Amino acid sequence: MNGMASLGKWLKLALLAGAAALTAVAPHQATAGSAKPMLERGKGEQCVEDTQFMRRNHMDLLKHHRNETMRQGIRTTKHSLKGCVDCHASTKTGSVAASKDDFCAACHSYAAVKLDCWDCHATKPKKRPATLAGMPPAASETGTSPMAPALAGGKTQ
Amino acid sequence: MSDLHNQTEIPDSSERRDFLKLGALAATVLAPGVMLYGIANSRPPEQGASSKLRWGMLIDTTKCGNGCNTCVTACNTENGLNGKTGPQDSQWIRKVNIKNLSNGFEHDLPMMCQHCENPPCVDVCPTGASMKRADGIVLVDRHICIGCRYCMMACPYKARSFVHEPITDQNPEVPRGKGCVESCTFCVQRVDRDETPACVEACNANGQNAMIFGDLNNPESEISKALSGQASVEVRADLRLNTGVRYQGI
Amino acid sequence: MTEHVCLDKQDCKIKAFWALMALGGVFVLAAMVAFFHLEHTGHIETGMTNQIVWGLPHVFAVFLIVAASGVLNVASIGSVFGKSLYKARAPLSGMLALAMLAGGLAVLVLDLGRPDRLIIAMTHYNFKSIFAWNMIFYNGFFAIVGLYLLTLMDKKLKNYSKPMGFLAFFWRLALTTATGSIFGFLIARAGYHSALMAPMFIIMSFGYGLAVFMVVQSAMYRWNDLTVDPNIRRRMKNLLAVFVGASLYFTIVLHLTNMYVAKQWDFERFILLEGGIYTKLFWIGQILLGGIVPLILLFIPRSQASQKVCFCFMAPLLVILGGFAQMYVTIIGGQAFPLELFPGFAETSSFYDGVAHAYSPSIWEAMLGMGGIAIAFMATIIAVHALKFMPQDDLHILQGRRSSD
Repeated sequence: MNGMASLGKWLKLALLAGAAALTAVAPHQATAGSAKPMLERGKGEQCVEDTQFMRRNHMDLLKHHRNETMRQGIRTTKHSLKGCVDCHASTKTGSVAASKDDFCAACHSYAAVKLDCWDCHATKPKKRPATLAGMPPAASETGTSPMAPALAGGKTQ
Repeated sequence: MSDLHNQTEIPDSSERRDFLKLGALAATVLAPGVMLYGIANSRPPEQGASSKLRWGMLIDTTKCGNGCNTCVTACNTENGLNGKTGPQDSQWIRKVNIKNLSNGFEHDLPMMCQHCENPPCVDVCPTGASMKRADGIVLVDRHICIGCRYCMMACPYKARSFVHEPITDQNPEVPRGKGCVESCTFCVQRVDRDETPACVEACNANGQNAMIFGDLNNPESEISKALSGQASVEVRADLRLNTGVRYQGI
Repeated sequence: MTEHVCLDKQDCKIKAFWALMALGGVFVLAAMVAFFHLEHTGHIETGMTNQIVWGLPHVFAVFLIVAASGVLNVASIGSVFGKSLYKARAPLSGMLALAMLAGGLAVLVLDLGRPDRLIIAMTHYNFKSIFAWNMIFYNGFFAIVGLYLLTLMDKKLKNYSKPMGFLAFFWRLALTTATGSIFGFLIARAGYHSALMAPMFIIMSFGYGLAVFMVVQSAMYRWNDLTVDPNIRRRMKNLLAVFVGASLYFTIVLHLTNMYVAKQWDFERFILLEGGIYTKLFWIGQILLGGIVPLILLFIPRSQASQKVCFCFMAPLLVILGGFAQMYVTIIGGQAFPLELFPGFAETSSFYDGVAHAYSPSIWEAMLGMGGIAIAFMATIIAVHALKFMPQDDLHILQGRRSSD
């Protein structure tokens, strides 16, 4: 059965090559043993959950929330990705993943875990005229800026 | 995880003050009808979309302006589309000009996802990424879309687009990205906070009033009343998809 | 007697083997380059658009998958219908089926918008989707044909080969039905929505699969300085002729049916008369080169002296070319014809409503597609090199003939 085995090998090889390349394109690969990332503090007093808890479980919270919001239309804000971005966007870049020191990118490159969020999700909080912050949506509607601000602090996407 | 969605977010205090201040301002600026409409359907954020509702749209093509592109522009701005119209660019809503072959009469109408009750795109999607929400809005769950484009093959309305290149600076409320299929969402992010889709709002603001958005299941809604009072058609009614978007004047 | 066969590496044309491997490797490498390039830039660099959503890679992929299920027919005729001539070719047939399916699937997967999410395709199933069923059939095909090969090649498991052969046969029928139904179930499109799609794909898979088998078989015999026994050649060429004829028949019936449905007149006029490249490919590629010419070559009356000329390489090669033309016409021609939303109206829009859609494939798509063939090619070369896939029966016959000479 070498024929099949070699076939299998080729397939595996192709898969491996694919997987390797996909991880390789992740920006800012951490070098082993490098210093722990310095994270900028978020805007608020306290994260929505205990910091230690968030370190371990943020991905589960986000995934759970994403499915609820996306598929059921549940739009609580406590564990929304937009909430994370609003709070943790860097003061320098205004983003959570634009530079390697930004909140999400810093840790994820250190841990060498590829992030799939930012292909689609905005890494920056919504730009909105400061005077309109918090205005109920329909009122801000002028046609040039149709994006009514979500209730401040964010409903989810 | 059960407590995840049982808590209402309290915006931080300064923003909350802004909210209250501007709320008053808003009430004065706002057209009263729009405001009332919004309040009538509100649901708390922890409550999901309800199957008691079915969102739909009625388009009176006799009021649709030939060459008017207001709805398209509003959609592009709201959803972060670049507005280009090359063969590889996304178009969630488009103006179609139709010319009667027998008498030459021409008029325009907007065409977009028809939010079918029995959507072929949902049937054919191998992973279940193409989905219909409880309230009838047909969406693509980009988290599990593998980009096979079978839904685009299946859609009778050519309503879907494939994102052909990387996208940056998305609207935080409308995630979009390379390699997934997308289409009109009825501006679900707006609908969930009791606003009408951007196209409808823009059409009304422009004075055309060609589009009505609302709950097809509620006999008291504006759209239901309009539908029960006048003839309307579904596009490709032969397919029996029971579309959520209906047309008058074709 | 095995010394005539390329089993012993010393005896093999080892340099030629590596040359072929290198050739295949270049194409596989090109496909990987194309894949990573497209993964980086997105499909913007392909000719595929929001109108022609499936392009050249799908032509290659679907052809390979359809031919893969068809090539297994040789084994099925042996195991299920008990023909010893075909039974001797069952291992080669099974191996080719696996190699081609691997090649076809690789192209399909590498062309996904999000190939990194392949795992989702294996973990999230929408059972209403014929596409999801196809994934189950493809995976099952690997398992079943793999086991079937095992029963064919391991003497201890010989007793199981018949039931496994049956299972593989029915599985491949289901698989091709599902593949045809990917198109047949598209209710909205004039060019696809037809119950004839599934059976037509099955008949075509018979033809394409047998053609591929005959080409590979001819090449293998040539490689080993042998010739296929005229008796075997005659039987296979007759079978191929039957399949090619049946494919033509189904094609005619499909188009006649369409012409009886009023709303598909326009589509028929497009494909048969006014479709430019699609019309040319249909008449010259699919019908003439892939159908009529092979039939003539296979049935051309020959004098006793020229009996040796069989066109057993040329005719099936044309059938394969015709197969690619057919896939191009079916897949891309079917999409190029615009959807009709408003019968009785002429439609124009910024989204190309109402006009035939243009498609010009890019080099990247061709590289991906050729990569699929190269994967199948390399898998075949390796398998044939390493294991006994050479049909065994004719060696006896040849041996007998030699001794009687």
